[in-house]
Amino acid sequence: MNTTWSRFNITSITLGFAFLYLPIVLLVVFSFNESKLVTVWGGFSTKWYVSLFHNQGLMDAAWVTIRVGLISATVATVLGTMGALALTRYTRFRGRVLFSGMIFAPLVMPDVITGLSLLLLFVAIGMDRGMTTVILAHITFTMCFVAVVVQSRLVSFDRSLEEAAMDLGAPPVKTFFQITLPVILPAIVSGWMLAFTLSLDDLVIASFASGPGATTLPMKIYSQVRLGVTPEINAACTLLIAIVTIGVIIASVANKRREVQRQLDERAAQRG
Amino acid sequence: MSNIAVADAAPPPTAAKPFMMRLGAGFVSRLVIIVPYLWLLFFFLVPFVIVFKISLSQTAIAMPPYTPVLDFRDGISGFFTGFRDLNFDNYVWLTQDALYFRAYLTSVVIAAISTVLTLLVGYPIAYGMARAPATIRPTLLMLVILPFWTSFLIRVYAWIGILKPEGLLNQLLLSLHIINQPLVILNTYTAIFIGIVYSYLPFMVLPLYSSLEKMDYSLIEAAKDLGCPPTAAFWKITFPLSLPGVIAGCLLVFIPAVGEFVIPDLLGGSQTLMIGKTLWNEFFANRDWPVSSAVAVILLLLLIVPIVLFQHAQARAQEQDK
Repeated sequence: MNTTWSRFNITSITLGFAFLYLPIVLLVVFSFNESKLVTVWGGFSTKWYVSLFHNQGLMDAAWVTIRVGLISATVATVLGTMGALALTRYTRFRGRVLFSGMIFAPLVMPDVITGLSLLLLFVAIGMDRGMTTVILAHITFTMCFVAVVVQSRLVSFDRSLEEAAMDLGAPPVKTFFQITLPVILPAIVSGWMLAFTLSLDDLVIASFASGPGATTLPMKIYSQVRLGVTPEINAACTLLIAIVTIGVIIASVANKRREVQRQLDERAAQRG
Repeated sequence: MSNIAVADAAPPPTAAKPFMMRLGAGFVSRLVIIVPYLWLLFFFLVPFVIVFKISLSQTAIAMPPYTPVLDFRDGISGFFTGFRDLNFDNYVWLTQDALYFRAYLTSVVIAAISTVLTLLVGYPIAYGMARAPATIRPTLLMLVILPFWTSFLIRVYAWIGILKPEGLLNQLLLSLHIINQPLVILNTYTAIFIGIVYSYLPFMVLPLYSSLEKMDYSLIEAAKDLGCPPTAAFWKITFPLSLPGVIAGCLLVFIPAVGEFVIPDLLGGSQTLMIGKTLWNEFFANRDWPVSSAVAVILLLLLIVPIVLFQHAQARAQEQDK
């Protein structure tokens, strides 16, 4: 295959990535601004990070957000993986069309609708709004993303491995944990990370589902942004970006290593 | 040969499985379906039923702020007598107030224009990525996905500093003497377009890339050899072959964009009208739960066709992968 990478291709990619990254880079740069103005450079300073750590409201919100993210991502990963297994392994069961509809619809459903409907549910069943309701709401919409990610891995999974294990007498549950799980683990890990960042990120659904006392970081950032743009918010955003970027890079490096190892193993197995 | 020997030595699979194990397998497999199924029924489908029901209620100064409150406190009969008080007044109200109709219409138009713009911006990027040397493609892919992992709110917020009258874009253009007066972009529909294109670009590029990457470029070579000019080759070969990606990408951008709240709220200001914002204000500022439910029901009806199309596209893509 002739892959001529023309000047046009290079230009469009360069411009595209500039468009994607320039706003984020500017945001990060201005978080180190000495001046209180976000758009006029007044020299390098880390004072906004210091004031950030003394801002009790923001710190509390960050702690709530992290707890919500960890719990909801973990439960969503379990439920989403089950959903993915149900979709790929059981092609016939009653209500499968509805099931796959309920998995795919939340991916594109506008947040305002999901948020409003969940809030009305919580009110209808008389549940006090707070961290628990935010967690339940986040599990619901992130599990669908996990299901899609895991499903795409399961589709290309070589089922003869499972059949071999079962033929040799491994019970289904053991087969799952010893054969299937290790193979789909990278997808499960990236599903978890996706669920965690989506939860970390969500403003609209959390605003509907949350009650007094459970303010998440995006809710806090949003209410401060409405009052005006400050370098402190830039600093908070920069920290969030840094955490996510490091996480993604670690995950992708680990993934690549595993992939290389797998290829080496396969080659060794073929020779042996 | 050793494999076959092992297989022969093992007893026939089904007969050998003890009864309890088969029962366990059946139970586990049923659990795998039932648990997420029930979860989604309860937290995704039932809430829609409740939204629909409340959209037929009346606003009341109480908590929850609507009447009748359908619950089983008065027993089954109380639950059913409540139904008599339900009516379509909120929907009539929505049709009478031109504000809602305009909000729906502008949302759909803004989402449609932004989708086309995102396609125009995203296509060259996806095409360039698909034609990049195979060694750097994974890196490029990660670079497209990475912004998607950073907060949506943060990415929208970043544009406020750029688009403000005294913002970075205006500073740049003024210092280059391209303009004499600062451009007013923030709090206009232009800012919303920029925000949507920027935020949803990865959703467009990824499906486009995956369909363009699968394409066989020898087809283009063949067309060129037969004297087909490059533009014609693009429209006759490349574009039709990338159509599944185009459709998936457009739906992934269009559907959430119609109900978008954060972008019109932060970049559009108070002058711009979009239905997600209207719903939010109706709920949080006016505390009118029945009307905001009715707004949500109509928004959902509006989106049901694109959502079904999206699911079909997903199911088809999944079939092809198999």
